[in-house]
Amino acid sequence: MKKISAPLKEKDILSLKAGDEVLLSGEIYTGRDQAHKRLVKDLKKLPFEIKDAVIYYCGPTKAPKGKIIGSCGPTTSSRMDAFTPLLLKQGLNGMIGKGSRSNEVREAIKKHKAVYFLAPAGCGALISKFVNKVKPIAYPDLGPESIQKLTVKDFPLIVGIDAKGRSIYD
Amino acid sequence: MKTITAKKIEETVARLAKEANTLLRKDVFSALKGSYLAENKSRPKVMLKAIIDNAAYAKKEKLAICQDTGLPIIFIELGQDVKIAGDLKQAVLKGIESGYKAGSFRESIIQDPLKRGKSVYSGAVIHTDIVTGNKLKITVLPKGFGCENKSQTKMFNPTVEIDEIKDFIINAVKTAGRDACPPYVVGVGIGGTADYAALLAKKALLREIKNQKSKVKSLEKDLLKEINKLNIGPMGLGGKTTALAVNIETYPTHIAGLPVAVNISCHALRSAAATL
Repeated sequence: MKKISAPLKEKDILSLKAGDEVLLSGEIYTGRDQAHKRLVKDLKKLPFEIKDAVIYYCGPTKAPKGKIIGSCGPTTSSRMDAFTPLLLKQGLNGMIGKGSRSNEVREAIKKHKAVYFLAPAGCGALISKFVNKVKPIAYPDLGPESIQKLTVKDFPLIVGIDAKGRSIYD
Repeated sequence: MKTITAKKIEETVARLAKEANTLLRKDVFSALKGSYLAENKSRPKVMLKAIIDNAAYAKKEKLAICQDTGLPIIFIELGQDVKIAGDLKQAVLKGIESGYKAGSFRESIIQDPLKRGKSVYSGAVIHTDIVTGNKLKITVLPKGFGCENKSQTKMFNPTVEIDEIKDFIINAVKTAGRDACPPYVVGVGIGGTADYAALLAKKALLREIKNQKSKVKSLEKDLLKEINKLNIGPMGLGGKTTALAVNIETYPTHIAGLPVAVNISCHALRSAAATL
């Protein structure tokens, strides 16, 4: 299994092919519906460095006592499709979620040499084991939908769409 | 006449909310295990193993099985010989709030569907049925919205052929596709009115997998077979199991129509019940 780190490097992205299993370590940002709606309005003053960043479509449960995060699996990626091409244009080069993407997203992934990963869907409890650190970043009023920086170690993912636009579902 | 206090109801609902979110239903767990054993392709087998491991880890650590702890749906069967001391609806809502808080679950409910705003713990959909006897049965079903978003209702003509109904149900699963955490449990309501068929479809999810009591067993069996030929599979990566079960509930309807509703559940079909 390939080990890669986030922020993602172009050479790592180009080495990935749809269907590859990878272990991702490094920093990723949570962001889902409402955060995306705000990000595209805030394109000129984004709350984090979007160049080479990875967004994880996730709204975790609260951290129970003694833990740093609760259950934190992926949410349905297609709800973010309308916003994704704009963020890819700004330099975002990785996304983690579950399920299919639109053709527009696939084309934008190809154009900007990015990658879309699938995380084990409905396995939020298990995924919490790969998160070592949580830091609030933006939009705290959104609660579970706020943007948080997660430091992950060996997060198991599958490449859903690679930089050539190939999809695991083809 | 038996008296049940609002306090008792609140405590019970809080306990059920915690249990439903952290402890996968036994019938769902064993259906997943059965699918794991039956699967011979490597990728879907690995996915089913992750789903089973996730349920075991959630149980051990008292963590939510899924971060989407849902919109709580509460089914109440209230015996007509029960007297409630206090406010039943408030007791249920308070129980949900305290159970979700104690479990550190997700604040997924917004008070205004249009303005949206801050998400909180309070809010639930409550269905109450008056039945005979002196018991109160409460069921908590936390419904995640990845799969709730895939619900469908259709009003058919009364002269419709059964194959058209089957196509509608199979297409609802196809539309849910890879997005809503397959393998699914497919709840179907046939009959009643548009709203009642949708309620039956949701209620069908409460029926235990492999329960033999269905009135339309062969239809359920046929549909399950067809759906499992779709090759959507666990996490949408192919395989033998696209659905763990198809549960259908039927009800009398009007001579002019035939409402059919589909309510899909993700593999983390969670519910817990208690009788007071």
